[in-house]
Amino acid sequence: MSQWQAGIDVGGTNTDLLLLEPQSGEIRVEKVSSTPEDQSRGVIRGLVESRVPFNRLTAIIHGTTIATNAVLERKGARCGLITTRGFRDILELGRRTRPRNYGMIGSFEALIDRSFRLEVDERMDAGGRVLTSLDEDQVRDALQELLKLGAEAVVIQFLHSYVNPTHEQRATEIAREVWPNGYVTASSDVLREVREFERGSTAAVNAYVQPVLARYLGRLSDELASNGFPNRLLVMQGNGGIMAADLAVRQPVQTVMSGPAAGAIAAAHIGHQSDFPNLIACDMGGTSFDVSLIRDGIPVVSAEKDLAYGVPVRVPMVDIHTIGAGGGSIARVDAGGILRVGPESAGAMPGPICYGRGGCRPTVTDANVILGRVDPAEFSGIESSAAIEAVETALTEKVGRPLGLDSVEAASAILAVAGNQLASAIRLVSIEKGNDPRDFALFPFGGAGALHAVALARELGVPNVLVPRFPGITSALGCMLADLRHDFSHTIWRSLAEVDPSHAEAVFAEQESRGRAMIAEEGVPIADIKVIFEADLLYRGQSHVFRIPVLSPGFTHDSVVKTLREHYRARFEIELHEMTPVLASLRTTVVGRRKQIDLALFGANASAERHPDPIDKRAVYFESSFVETAIYDREMIGAGAVIEGPAIVQQADSTIVLDPGAVATSDRLGNLTIDVGNVV
Amino acid sequence: MTLDPVTLAVIENGLNQICSEMDLVHEKTSFSPVISEGFDRSNGIYALENGQMIAQGALGLPIFLGVMQFATEAVIELRNDLGPGDIVIQNDPYLGGTHLMDVKMVMPFYYRGRPWCYLSNTGHWPDTGGMVPGGFNSTATEIQQEGLRLPPVKLMEGGELCQDIIDIILTNIRVPEERIGDIRAQIGALRTGEKRLTALLDRYGAATVEAAIAELRARSEMQMRACIEALADGTYSFTSYVDSDGVVNEPLAVALDMTVQGSDITFDFSRASPPCRGPMNCVWATTQSAVYVAMKHIFPDVPINSGCFAPLHIPKPGGTFLYAEYPRPVAGCAAEVSQRIMEAVFGAMGQIIPERMFAAPAGTSGNLALGGYDPEEDQNYIMYLFSGGGYGGWWETDGLTNGCSTVGISKTQPIEILEQHYPLVFEEYALREGSGGAGRHRGGFGVSYRIRLLRGEGKASFLMDHGRFGPPGLMGGEPGATNQIEISQGGSVALPEHISKGEGYTLEPGDWVQVRTPGGGGYGLPSERLPETIERDLRRGYYSSAGQPSVAA
Repeated sequence: MSQWQAGIDVGGTNTDLLLLEPQSGEIRVEKVSSTPEDQSRGVIRGLVESRVPFNRLTAIIHGTTIATNAVLERKGARCGLITTRGFRDILELGRRTRPRNYGMIGSFEALIDRSFRLEVDERMDAGGRVLTSLDEDQVRDALQELLKLGAEAVVIQFLHSYVNPTHEQRATEIAREVWPNGYVTASSDVLREVREFERGSTAAVNAYVQPVLARYLGRLSDELASNGFPNRLLVMQGNGGIMAADLAVRQPVQTVMSGPAAGAIAAAHIGHQSDFPNLIACDMGGTSFDVSLIRDGIPVVSAEKDLAYGVPVRVPMVDIHTIGAGGGSIARVDAGGILRVGPESAGAMPGPICYGRGGCRPTVTDANVILGRVDPAEFSGIESSAAIEAVETALTEKVGRPLGLDSVEAASAILAVAGNQLASAIRLVSIEKGNDPRDFALFPFGGAGALHAVALARELGVPNVLVPRFPGITSALGCMLADLRHDFSHTIWRSLAEVDPSHAEAVFAEQESRGRAMIAEEGVPIADIKVIFEADLLYRGQSHVFRIPVLSPGFTHDSVVKTLREHYRARFEIELHEMTPVLASLRTTVVGRRKQIDLALFGANASAERHPDPIDKRAVYFESSFVETAIYDREMIGAGAVIEGPAIVQQADSTIVLDPGAVATSDRLGNLTIDVGNVV
Repeated sequence: MTLDPVTLAVIENGLNQICSEMDLVHEKTSFSPVISEGFDRSNGIYALENGQMIAQGALGLPIFLGVMQFATEAVIELRNDLGPGDIVIQNDPYLGGTHLMDVKMVMPFYYRGRPWCYLSNTGHWPDTGGMVPGGFNSTATEIQQEGLRLPPVKLMEGGELCQDIIDIILTNIRVPEERIGDIRAQIGALRTGEKRLTALLDRYGAATVEAAIAELRARSEMQMRACIEALADGTYSFTSYVDSDGVVNEPLAVALDMTVQGSDITFDFSRASPPCRGPMNCVWATTQSAVYVAMKHIFPDVPINSGCFAPLHIPKPGGTFLYAEYPRPVAGCAAEVSQRIMEAVFGAMGQIIPERMFAAPAGTSGNLALGGYDPEEDQNYIMYLFSGGGYGGWWETDGLTNGCSTVGISKTQPIEILEQHYPLVFEEYALREGSGGAGRHRGGFGVSYRIRLLRGEGKASFLMDHGRFGPPGLMGGEPGATNQIEISQGGSVALPEHISKGEGYTLEPGDWVQVRTPGGGGYGLPSERLPETIERDLRRGYYSSAGQPSVAA
């Protein structure tokens, strides 16, 4: 009996589905338009169109931008905050910053409006001792007040709850008694760490996105069930692991950046199997461009991300930098006569002009069409000559005339400006973090990534481009490849010497068994379980913790101190023997490793050839003139095939542009490895 | 040598990244929360011949922009006996410094056996001795009262710590136990820089890196000149005022005549007040640095290296309090007077390009130091606290609330961290209602906080500003609220005589201190403000009534 798995990535423009039956190696790829008003409709439609019966699906793994977008667009739930008296403005005040180091300008709106932030009497000191006991009546009054104001979710945050959470827990209990839904977030549940603003912001994001995410995942789970899907929906987390949807709804902050994380996971797997351990992964779709770094086969993860200015989120997430640039980015000439591309996007509706859905402002995709880089026939359902004409007119009117350019020059200028923005975004995550791009390969994916990859690589000095077999569904593939993952932390905050090693081992054991239980409950077939134990330490008087791997069993003071000193010296070039180590927290990560999928399953078609013939020719604009260019069909390119630029490789979900001088080779996994040539 | 654009970009970012990495090591390993949480530190790479800035960490404190190169220059002039493995320590304000608490280390960097550049850093130590814990005195009349002053002396020689110097330092400062950790952190940052810079030179070759540095400097200068060229030529004057010097209760004028001519600007401060008795004198390095930082705030896109300073000319304002000479006390120069200098530059620039300027920001670091003995922990402590205020309204919208000082990027320390370290409790840390100056785009709000001492006896000192005059508005906007301090001792509440400055306030358990920081100035006429934003501000409780939007709480 067939057992299908499905990876689904919902982007701003398209919903991508990849379905795989591992035993037979059968693959199905679906791409449907996203349905922003209710993303689940697009997901269900895609699954129906794949024609895999719902009851033959064993796992559906979903990457979603719901949480991220709710914060970025400030379209989350109306939240209330109940906090320690005297501190309701913490979220609005932040830590006295400004958006940029230089320039005295900027603005900021807190996720929770000031009139929804209420105070109650209670207070702990830094040691967790009660200074003022919790006034439970005030908590009840505040809850009623918030309900009256129309709050849908509530955050409870008290000072020093990371050391003693009892007040927060009690207030949370009271809230759960009266709050009409489950949307109650206690800050210490989300992040049991010191620093009131960062913990509060993480908790606020959690509450802010929870109702939105819960409604969405609930609706989707119900629809899947009613269609006959027998298992629990799985959701991608921002840290690159997956978990069951109902668990994700309890910790919605974990799904922030979930979609982009999936792409990074796929890049890491493909790079690993293709011997490109260092990649700059660039996801370019219709609306945004996401860059992440894969070093030694592992996506770079950070727990110090700010989701936006003034909105820190302190849970570990794949380190992704996003800018508003994609195929749908609109080009315009501003008041100062400067050509701008994006961040405004034509999105899925109306989309670029060449989609023929009523768009009338020129986009990056339209520029690609005019320059012959994209086949207008790709956009089905419209008369292509009429579309081309409309694109030319708009390019001339909106961009060409104000700048004194013809429509082709205007299109070329749009790509140059867009390319420059993409290059800057890549530099931010690579060069500016001390990496030389020449040590990396560029990994373009998303519908529009491979269109610009060679030019981009040349600008950055990256020697190779690795184009995956299905660039358009890489994030969906990442969902399918990711492992189950649950992270736990337990705050100790005591001098290491005072900690009983057997207590630490008991904490680890308890965390491990919780993780194992959750994985068992999720019911996903796995190959094995990997458990990672770590400890956060610092020297007394410092305020930044330092994470090291530890053993359990085998947690001894001597071994921990030895590891701390070694790692500290390696990282910071100093030894602090005279200082006292403090154990801040114990951390366990439980990973349910799923069966490895051999990516050769996605390799070239059996009918593909080592010496494929072009399927067509057309004039494509490179540098400053149109050049007669061979067009290839990706489905006909077999392993070992070599294609020299100028050439264009077309496939259902993407178009790859090989500029003159670039040479592409197809490998065993079906990837195209491009030597971009002309690298400085 | 001509450089391809990729190599140039990679080396530029490589140099900046080395500095950021040094900043990071410094911050992560420090024992002083002012450094670890507040980022009050800076690391950079400076030219071998003259100490000019090659690169400085983007996350370093802005006021160190010019200062660090002057400090390095002083070491080059005074110490020609340095060799590999040596590190010099210094904090002399008159030798390219700021206040005594900013302790600099300078290390000659050798590449393949030959001296190649200097790596330098500075960190704000919580104490360097002197008449008040934390160093922010407001009544000193000579530098000797302010703390331990270190000329450039060797802290390390041939890779070995000079224990004699360390002993002298630790004997003369309060709470020495953790300072050895801070010294190691600062050395660790320099060592990290040494390792990374060696790797950069190995990879690209010294000649290529040198060519890139020269090219980057030229480009930066060109860019600054292009910005200045767009300004209308002429002389523009603006005067900002320091409340008082802490000793003589009279305002001090920072009078600026700014002349724009072609692609050069001259900043003439010769009409400023004469040197003052109290610690509001500003040393020459800090005066220059303040001008540089102001210009960088106005033209933030110009990359930082010594090139962008070339078109800025500042004649030495001898005979004024902006050119402090030994033994004038200087505790307020880096944190406060520097911000009045910047306010003068902003004000003058506001006359030329008001459509892309901002009204004055709060412009005070809000320095509060509290030192004492904690009987429960059986140890002495010093807490150094700073706070933010409102930014001015600007061309697009209202000013930011609780923005950082103009000279800094230091985040305030989390209350939970402060309470872990010190025997006190915050009873309030809130947006200061009503403090933003009225305008079409109102100023941002300051902060109101109250600290109560829990145990032992403590001594508080304050060094703030804008207590007498609020941050001015622009284009008809009103000034933001002034800075206010209240001290409750044994149940009776007092205000400092100098409004924003005072010291030696003894606190017993239960006593408290309340500080309200300034709001930003308004931008444009208050009558032009949109009714819906007025209504929103009322609903949020930013103001208590529609009629008096600019009246401070």
